[in-house]
Amino acid sequence: MSQRLSLSQAFAFLLRRDLLLALRNRAEYAMPLLFFVLVITLFPLALGAAPELLARIAPGIIWVAALLAAMLSLDSIFRSDFDDGSLEQILLSAHPVAVLVLAKVCAHWLVTGLPLLLVAPLLAEMLGMPAAAQPTLLLTILLGTPILSMIGAIGVALTVGLRKGGIILSLLVLPLYVPVLIFAASATENAATGFDSSAQIYMLVAFLFLSTSLSPWATAAALRMSVS
Amino acid sequence: MFLWFHKLGSPPHFYRIAGKWIPWLNWMFLVLLVAGLYGGLILAPPDYQQGESYRIIFVHVPSAWMSLFIYVAMAVCGAIIIIWRMKLAEIVLISSAPIGASFTFLALVTGSLWGKPMWGTYWVWDARLTSELILLFLYLGVIGLHNAIDDKRTAARAVAILALVGVVNIPIIHYSVEWWHSLHQGATVTKFDKPSIHWSMLLPLLLMALAFQVYYVLALFHRCRAEILRRERNSKWIEEL
Repeated sequence: MSQRLSLSQAFAFLLRRDLLLALRNRAEYAMPLLFFVLVITLFPLALGAAPELLARIAPGIIWVAALLAAMLSLDSIFRSDFDDGSLEQILLSAHPVAVLVLAKVCAHWLVTGLPLLLVAPLLAEMLGMPAAAQPTLLLTILLGTPILSMIGAIGVALTVGLRKGGIILSLLVLPLYVPVLIFAASATENAATGFDSSAQIYMLVAFLFLSTSLSPWATAAALRMSVS
Repeated sequence: MFLWFHKLGSPPHFYRIAGKWIPWLNWMFLVLLVAGLYGGLILAPPDYQQGESYRIIFVHVPSAWMSLFIYVAMAVCGAIIIIWRMKLAEIVLISSAPIGASFTFLALVTGSLWGKPMWGTYWVWDARLTSELILLFLYLGVIGLHNAIDDKRTAARAVAILALVGVVNIPIIHYSVEWWHSLHQGATVTKFDKPSIHWSMLLPLLLMALAFQVYYVLALFHRCRAEILRRERNSKWIEEL
């Protein structure tokens, strides 16, 4: 690579590389999805399969499971790059690290967040969620999971250099996930009971913009700290 | 002025200054505490609705204020660490975290003790209680992250980033929890009416708040001095002590 890449080329290159790596490593990225389905299966087993109870708590269950699945998959954003040294190369590049971080987070969301969107309708149906609520559920997942990846990236960047980062990571990240959980679950619940949920959706959009604009900078700073 | 600030930033100088201040702060704390407790527990009249049990607010409210204040102070230290790499800010940030966590815990415990006679239960998923609980988790995250990283200067930078991220999130978390509360259930909880508080209750409350503030500085100085000794144990000026 003798000629210099422009910023957008570098962004696209990194995105393509990460997606390609994920494609070659399919089994690893299927795990969070499997975990998502498994956690949701546990709830009817624990609470009894009464349809009206399940339908009532379905939005909450699906969102808690999505949160846990997102957290489980976070480590893969930077772990392999940290281990093989390509993270240092990214930090040394001439381009703003925040933008490159954004590319990595986007790639991560495409392989871990987007699949949740595909299985969520199936699970919602299995839990007996009213059909009218399903578009809202999908919309909240579409808006909410990128926020989870953005916030989670900060946590991973802080803990990637640690041997036992996993437990610390959950302690750092889960409290910050609370607002997303609240608004996404209550939007879905409102839709399920026939109320208007646009206010919650607007809040999620606001969080998405806020986290997209701020979190790459914090992640970049944390990565510099972890790698040095 | 700038020289004074610069000198204060050096750990040996701070160590000596803090050592000189500690006895004075001890007295200030003691006087404020006794005055506040006397005013609050003996002079202030019982509340017409809540009787005597409202008196726990003289501990509860100041510790809840301190729990927020200390987190903001930590975030300010975090900004100083990232911008100027000041060693003293690292020490203050790290030493503040356990104190802040203790105040948060105290606020939660006194709150639930007050809740038992007032609401009939120790815990309600009330907006303030929930966001205070999440604040406690944020504090524990800061402490946990600092313990997990061996190199303490790197740890301080990590914690600084975390504190800044946290302080952006605290208002968001607080208001979303408040909103969540209002969505799920009506206002079943009678709130303590802040503006209409009588001065005989307000004055002891402010005295207690001041006492807690002084206590924070006092505890901070003690912890900072211990942390300085631990960090600089190999340096020459410590051997001379």
